Amino acid sequence: MLTYTIRRLMLAIPTLFFISLIIFLLLDLAPGDPMSQVPLTVPPEVKAKMREALGADQPMVVRYALWLKQFFVVEPSHILDNLLGTDLAQGSQRILSWQSRSPVADTIAERLPQTLTVIGSSYLIGVLIALPIGIYSAYRQYSWFDQLGTFIAMIGFSVPTFFTGVLLIVIFSVNLHWFPSIYDTTLKVTDLASFGRQVRQMAMPVAVLSLYNAAQISRYMRSSMLDNLTQDYVRTARAKGLTERVVVLKHVLRNSLIPVVTVIALGIPTIFAGAIITEQVFKVNGLGALLINAIYANDIPMVQTLTFIFAVLIVLFNLVADIVYGMLDPRIRYD
Amino acid sequence: MKLKTALMGAVAAFALAPAAYAERGSDGQLNIIYWQAPSILNPYLSSGTKDVESASLVLEPLAGFNEKGEVIARLVTEVPTVENGGVSADLTSITWKLIPGLLWSDGTPVTAADAVFTAQYCMDPAGGCAQLARYEGVKTVEAVDDLTVKITFTGPKPNPYQAFVGATSPLLQAAQFKDCLGAKAPECTAANFGPIGTGPFVVTEFKTNDSIQYAANPNYRDPMKPAFATVNFKGGGDAQAAARAVLETGEFDYAWNLQLAPDVLAGMAAAGKGHVINAFGTLVERIEMNMTDPDPALAEGERSTVKHPHPILSDIRVREALSKAIDRNLLVEVGYGPAGRATCNLVPAPELFASDNTGCIAQDMAGAKALLDEAGWVPGADGVREKDGRRLRLLYQTSTNAVRQDFQALIKGWWNELGVEVELKNIDASVFFGGDPGSPDTFQKFYADVEMYANNFDGTDPEPYLAQYTCAKAPGPESQWQGENINRFCDPAYDALVAELGQTGEMAKRGELARKMNDMLTKDSFVVVPLVDRGRNSGQAESLGGVILNTWDSELWNVSDWFRVK
Repeated sequence: MLTYTIRRLMLAIPTLFFISLIIFLLLDLAPGDPMSQVPLTVPPEVKAKMREALGADQPMVVRYALWLKQFFVVEPSHILDNLLGTDLAQGSQRILSWQSRSPVADTIAERLPQTLTVIGSSYLIGVLIALPIGIYSAYRQYSWFDQLGTFIAMIGFSVPTFFTGVLLIVIFSVNLHWFPSIYDTTLKVTDLASFGRQVRQMAMPVAVLSLYNAAQISRYMRSSMLDNLTQDYVRTARAKGLTERVVVLKHVLRNSLIPVVTVIALGIPTIFAGAIITEQVFKVNGLGALLINAIYANDIPMVQTLTFIFAVLIVLFNLVADIVYGMLDPRIRYD
Repeated sequence: MKLKTALMGAVAAFALAPAAYAERGSDGQLNIIYWQAPSILNPYLSSGTKDVESASLVLEPLAGFNEKGEVIARLVTEVPTVENGGVSADLTSITWKLIPGLLWSDGTPVTAADAVFTAQYCMDPAGGCAQLARYEGVKTVEAVDDLTVKITFTGPKPNPYQAFVGATSPLLQAAQFKDCLGAKAPECTAANFGPIGTGPFVVTEFKTNDSIQYAANPNYRDPMKPAFATVNFKGGGDAQAAARAVLETGEFDYAWNLQLAPDVLAGMAAAGKGHVINAFGTLVERIEMNMTDPDPALAEGERSTVKHPHPILSDIRVREALSKAIDRNLLVEVGYGPAGRATCNLVPAPELFASDNTGCIAQDMAGAKALLDEAGWVPGADGVREKDGRRLRLLYQTSTNAVRQDFQALIKGWWNELGVEVELKNIDASVFFGGDPGSPDTFQKFYADVEMYANNFDGTDPEPYLAQYTCAKAPGPESQWQGENINRFCDPAYDALVAELGQTGEMAKRGELARKMNDMLTKDSFVVVPLVDRGRNSGQAESLGGVILNTWDSELWNVSDWFRVK
């Protein structure tokens, strides 16, 4: 297992290098200009000077090399400086966003807690809802519960989040006034009242996202349970006189969870990518909203850094999923 | 009767008293929502209008524009003019006198050295200052004494109200930005995100592309203002969500730039929590005619350049016919409602510069058809006109925007009726307005026959705007496709008028010249076909008082006067 892990990690390095090059090339070749949102009243000569000051008009190779150096050398030394109080970075230039002229890492760090809170909790709630639904749907296959579960899963999967989001806003915010329609990103939870407000403003975005996540995971859980419920060892367990509860929740569930856990692990990077559309609809200041905003403004350093971080997380969690699978299932042996 | 009047007067005074005698900070929190989130609070490094406007709560220029377009004093004792001696008789210098005792929000005094520094900051060649055009023609800025700033220009400047006038050119504190000159400007994140200013509010928290928190400035020059103690400035989302937050749910008090269809806005305003305010400026939605040939068969680098005149649109009769076939009033009704007016002028305002040109507003399909017949374009078998074996076919492009696509559909219908075959194209705004020389879809490259978008000019003087249409400013491969003469219009008589306008100081003569130039581009040549004079739409809550929509400066220009209606 250890050699396998090390080999995978070694392979990840050229993979990630290749991914970063592809992302950079795609962004560079795509049409669009960081000056597109600057009003037309600004003359083109001034825009040319602005582009020069950003460093946007340098050749592609120079910019890519500079980004590599900044991402792998300068930024980690800044992080170490913050943690250990050293001075490794020595004031070297960091990756700056073209929109806000501030370091990209600072903005990402500012938005990370919000993303984890809203998107993370919606993923958790989605998983917690999906597992019981999947288990019971499989156990009572073709019952009304199963049909209802299938129907809701289909809707959750097919109806886009920008539709469900806006629908929820219109119903619960505009008509019923139960929840706010704009997310207050400066709310600090200090007492029960502010906690209540935080829960109220999180209710709608979390509901939208957990429906989407639960739809997927419940289907995986259901099919995995169905696979296992027809196995011989289940018949043996029942014959031995074990209660249904023990048979299903102890024996079958544990075996069924193996593929589902790997699916869940593979889905964790999506938490960080944020739910781009949901964050836009509810004005949550998460990483997804940051990414889409940067794409619209052609803020290449921000888009490049964010997408590369997501790529790293996806590669990492792919490895984690494989290792977890190997740990849970004794039949799997890596070497 | 007298007693009754006196009592009514007393009651009225009592009702007005809270508004008149509101103390600083007595009205609690003001909530503003901009659907484009501000990314930086330094207008000199801004990437869009939203940054300038959010900064205008903190940073102030020496003078600004009011809603009528008049220059008003903000940090100075009076607006310098030739009459009061503030502007030299030969128009080469202007002297501003600061109000004595003016303080920055951190308590230090405002001096002329701050103005000198600000000019140096923006004019630094490595700074990439976004508002460099405001400092064009400035030779020196000197501090005659602590409270007097003298700007000397390289030549006579009939309109000296550019530098330090308007929200795009505010005063920066020299002490705060002293280490941020030139290439170091982007490194001063703390200063860029929390500038110290003289405005009614100070920044307490800034989250880029998300929200800004302000508090009342304790050192603001008027001790009774601002009425609000804090401001919550939220950014992000889209125009519809912003309109909903003000007009339907009442979560916010003010929403900027609600570019929505008139019926959508009317439906939301019906809830009664807020209303839409609009005002007109100089923004004109227009169709630009390409005077050069964008044929893809031509070599790259020769397409849409003056080397090849347009085979169809070089004939003025065709251009006039295309303009005549459009029903501008219907376009306004469909797209903008009360926030738009049909116009035939490139420069619709201020009044001095607006030509009395209304001949194009009424649709005249018969006249248009007659013109095309006269020009030799005869309808073929399928209804599309032909001449010398060439079909009258046009590619019509614009940016992706619901209202613009509605306009395209309507205009295509009218032109089809005229016998013109029209192909429609729309391009994402970030590409269309980007200016990327490698992209074939920018509005400067103009690889189409006609294109539609809106443009306006800064401030109240149209000289730089009209000067865009000189022969030298046509975009082409030599200039990396940068250039403002999008139509590639070239008329030596026009260039001569541009030069003359640059030398003319007298306002009446300037107005006459500008009107003549406007006519040369519109009704005399139909190179620019104006459609709609677009006003600005913003939403405000019923409980918010003191708002006056100003299209000549920042919309938040008088936020210190806003109060909560009791």
